[in-house]
Amino acid sequence: MACQGLQKGETLESLKRESETLKKKLEEERNKLNDVELHQVAEKVEVLSALSIKTRRVLKGHGNKVLCMDWCKDKRRMVSSSQDGKVIVWDAFTLNKEHGVPLPCTWVLACAYAPLSGLDNKCSVIPLSLDKNENLAAKKKSVAMHTNYVSGCSFTNSDMQLLTSSGDGTCALWDVESGQLLQSFHGHTADVLSLDLAPSETGNTFVSGGCDMKANVWDMRSGQNIQSFESHESDINCVKYYPSGDAFASASDDATCRFYDLRADREVAVYQKDSIIFGASTCDFSLSGRLLFAGYNDYTINVWDVLKGTRATILFGHENRVSRVRVSPDGTALGSASWDSTLRVSWSFSTGSNYIFRFIKLLFWVNSRLVLEFTVAF
Amino acid sequence: MAEGSKDQGGTGTADPEEDSPNMIVYRKIEDIVTRIQDEKAGGVAIRTVKSFLSKIPSVVSGADIVQWLMKNLSIEDPAEAIHLGSLIAAHGYIFPISDHVLTLKDDGTLYRFQSPYFWPSNCWEPENTDYAIYLCKRTMQNKARLELADYEAENLARLQRAFARKWEFIFMQAEAQVKIDRKKDKAERKILDSQERAFWDVHRPVPGCVNTTEMDIRKCRREKNPHRVKKSVYGVPDDGQSQPSPVHIGSQPTRKTTKEDVQKEITFLNIQLDRHCMKVSKVADSLMTYTEQFMEYDPFVSAVEPSNPWISDDTTFWDLEASREPTQQRVKKWGFSLDEALKDPAGRDQFLKFLESEFSSENLRFWLAVQDFKRRPLHEVPSRAQEIWQEFLAEGAPSSINLDSHSYERTSQNLKDPGRYSYEDAQEHIFKLMKSDSYARFLRSNIYQDLLLARKKSPICKCFVSFQVWDIKECINAKE
Repeated sequence: MACQGLQKGETLESLKRESETLKKKLEEERNKLNDVELHQVAEKVEVLSALSIKTRRVLKGHGNKVLCMDWCKDKRRMVSSSQDGKVIVWDAFTLNKEHGVPLPCTWVLACAYAPLSGLDNKCSVIPLSLDKNENLAAKKKSVAMHTNYVSGCSFTNSDMQLLTSSGDGTCALWDVESGQLLQSFHGHTADVLSLDLAPSETGNTFVSGGCDMKANVWDMRSGQNIQSFESHESDINCVKYYPSGDAFASASDDATCRFYDLRADREVAVYQKDSIIFGASTCDFSLSGRLLFAGYNDYTINVWDVLKGTRATILFGHENRVSRVRVSPDGTALGSASWDSTLRVSWSFSTGSNYIFRFIKLLFWVNSRLVLEFTVAF
Repeated sequence: MAEGSKDQGGTGTADPEEDSPNMIVYRKIEDIVTRIQDEKAGGVAIRTVKSFLSKIPSVVSGADIVQWLMKNLSIEDPAEAIHLGSLIAAHGYIFPISDHVLTLKDDGTLYRFQSPYFWPSNCWEPENTDYAIYLCKRTMQNKARLELADYEAENLARLQRAFARKWEFIFMQAEAQVKIDRKKDKAERKILDSQERAFWDVHRPVPGCVNTTEMDIRKCRREKNPHRVKKSVYGVPDDGQSQPSPVHIGSQPTRKTTKEDVQKEITFLNIQLDRHCMKVSKVADSLMTYTEQFMEYDPFVSAVEPSNPWISDDTTFWDLEASREPTQQRVKKWGFSLDEALKDPAGRDQFLKFLESEFSSENLRFWLAVQDFKRRPLHEVPSRAQEIWQEFLAEGAPSSINLDSHSYERTSQNLKDPGRYSYEDAQEHIFKLMKSDSYARFLRSNIYQDLLLARKKSPICKCFVSFQVWDIKECINAKE
């Protein structure tokens, strides 16, 4: 077991050497477990039939780049924030704008929808400010006080606590009502650009990604950095958990998205193509985790087959960088926000077949537990 | 037109701009355009095209570029190659010789490559004085191909008003440029003029076109040399008017690593070495199993019952989800894991109902109480902590839960200084208990099985007919 390095006379150099030795040892240990590639194991999985995803809603109303969006728990409303200084709440289903909140600061980088839906369309926004004392939230509630811009925020399953990531290199957990800092998370050596909470009902962890090219997993309780992943070659713009919470994906300026498994403690897939040379700014999983939607600075959204490592399809449509993609809470649609000042909603038309058909499904429930299902296609 | 050397603003030998996100893309594009122009290595043929009375030097057709991209970057769909090519054009690396709008077309339209002098990787931020000189110069040259477009004429008028006092200076600079240009060879001038125009198309784009020089504001702040003097395209000396962009003020100096930093790293690495990890083959199987299990619920991959509201405009799917009367499919999910059952409010209800029928609901109620407790505002924490203790753990508590003595001790210690995580250990223990014991029994219970197999007490035969009629037009559109 390596010495703890707390003895007197340990110089910075000798400590660095010790650290390097440990890093090499760790890499060796981890490599022993790397017995196969994910896509090789995934050869057994059935190939996805050709996806047909179309954009059928375009939400216009912002006057400048849309930098962030989020879905409401009711699966049809969205909130978006833009460089025009406005936050708009939309009913994406009907294209109605329901609220427009102008903010005093125009650099609104992040917004999140409070999970309590239905009571009042409550949303809190943490705007960027170049002035360190000027952080605000809607309804004039000052919650997060970072010393640099706030790049991302997320409510932790209630609207009483807010987790934020910041350009000051830290993440922080806040009590919304009092504005008090509950826990801070130090470890990144550069701006933190994104965070995501673990989806489990029992988990207390989250993952963050930043300009130091690292993705870190944190324990919300203790503030400790539990795991760290460093394989990207440039800024990590977005991190998102796989739905089971055992893995997560990241999108980076190195034009790749990567998939990391927490139990194997390593990267298990890289999603890249020769023709994709622009950075990926955002990503999100479909409900089952089979698809990874990633928005890029080349205005496209690439849809990756997570298990097989191939690209399932590509979505064109936006006329400038895609700043955010989010799958709706029940997985029925994909929302995307862009510097072209619009938001788009897309969904899948294919369900296993490319054929045009009409069908009627008849389901019978009988108390003798017999279930008959007729599917007639013509 | 002055041909300068590369930007010398960076201090030190390593260019601090090298690994900034924009630079990474620029380098990739530059690699591509260099390869395209390398005829010997499989590039396209750059030739002189005869047109009416004149010759057009150094051009390539759009179709050739598209073909090259498809072949060399493994692109199957021409639309993708056109899209990528258009972006390369929009960033100013290739341009159509007779259009201000920078896109790539898959036909005989002629394109030229930009001179490395004008490449975006040189960190150009041309001032309006330069632009004014350029537009002014254009008006001095009586050439049809150099006539100002409407938006350029408007820009020029605006600049004349803005620079009214120093217009004489600008005019003189423009004249000087015209003189320099006249000395050049005709063919060379054609090329240089078009390259210069393409440069301005990037930095002063046609209204309605994307300005590709815009940067992500979060990344701007990291520019390490904000006080670098901006270089003029036409060699006009900086008159001290250019200010460092306000975005750059207050950018943080990078901290030096200290002994403590490295010690922390060492501690962290030791913890990682002690961690028990799984083989990739095992986690891959686990990921596959999870995804395959949920694929029938994933609207992007499988059809949902009765229909995806976005497709059919029918919100029944959402109404069903919101109702407490779950579908069989939804009930099936509760059987995947205790986590899934608890995620669904209907699942929680049914599980609770089952436990109540067994008079053992205190575990679940404790677990739910602690979940709620963790989400309370800070000032409510101490009182709520006490309430939970009284209800579930105190001597003679009405809903006494069965904790092992170790967890019990830890919890009562925690409560001396109550916090949101005071009940964490207890909650974990109870969750494990439920998972191994009551959850398994719940899945075997009548309550659950009835729902799963949709057994109803009423003898009436229920008939549920769902129509999914797909609009033919939509299907045709979807197919393309």
